[in-house]
Amino acid sequence: MDARSDKGTTMKNSGELKLTLTTRGEREIVMTRAFDAPRRLVFDALTKPELVRRWLLGPAGWSMPVCEIDLKAGGKYRYVWRHANGKEMGMGGVYREIVPRERIVCTELFDEAWYPGEALLTMNLVEKDGRTVMTNTILYVSQEARDGVLRSGMGSGIAVSYDRLAELLGAEGTEKSATPV
Amino acid sequence: MMETLKALAEPNRLQIVELLLKGPRPVGELVDELGLRQPQVSKHLRVLSEAGLVAVRVDAQRRIYALQPAPLKELGTWVEKYRRVWEENFQRMDGLLEEMKRKEKKHGRKKR
Repeated sequence: MDARSDKGTTMKNSGELKLTLTTRGEREIVMTRAFDAPRRLVFDALTKPELVRRWLLGPAGWSMPVCEIDLKAGGKYRYVWRHANGKEMGMGGVYREIVPRERIVCTELFDEAWYPGEALLTMNLVEKDGRTVMTNTILYVSQEARDGVLRSGMGSGIAVSYDRLAELLGAEGTEKSATPV
Repeated sequence: MMETLKALAEPNRLQIVELLLKGPRPVGELVDELGLRQPQVSKHLRVLSEAGLVAVRVDAQRRIYALQPAPLKELGTWVEKYRRVWEENFQRMDGLLEEMKRKEKKHGRKKR
């Protein structure tokens, strides 16, 4: 399956896995990504520590020495990343709701949060024809908090464009290699 | 960069930028399109101008605003950089899922 399809046709093509990042309303960031695998495998890859630490690593140089997940309502999770240069970054939260293979709602807070308040992450998985579409919605306490995350380019390591910004940029003729190689 | 994001965070200003993508426009047209009062539009244009997103030129009595692409390009590069970090994460996950599918095929699916 080729994940590197053309820009501007997000999710239209069933062969497409492309990641989209947008804002919704004043306080939310929405991220979607399709995976060429059934939902139960995607759910495992997202929730079993030994699997999570193999992919949730961010840029080169980072490893994930701590990945603790107590997958039940009221249970906690804790992630710590460490860079080869010694720098560490940690985050964690509490699960509010777990529907196996389908839905997770949890709080998230970075150790050295640069934005106010805990964010609330809602993850939904929808399977169709053996493929799974993940939708992550992150709700911040205020627009200021969300925009603080946008500015820093991180939030669960996410960076985001404002609504329709990608289109704006495309229309401006700046689309370069918008797809990672 | 923060200035660009701050300027675009306001919905009316984002709409002004969208309108200007179609080409330069006089203030009067922006006022009509946005349905705002002229002083409000002027205020938004001032913020956009201070962020380097628009430039103005005077044509007879009309003030014509045009988009300046540099900050948008910079923002695009920046957004892309971080989007790529996430995409790299998910591509690693794609690889992991392929491995999981292969294993499952080999050993048969286990009931949880």
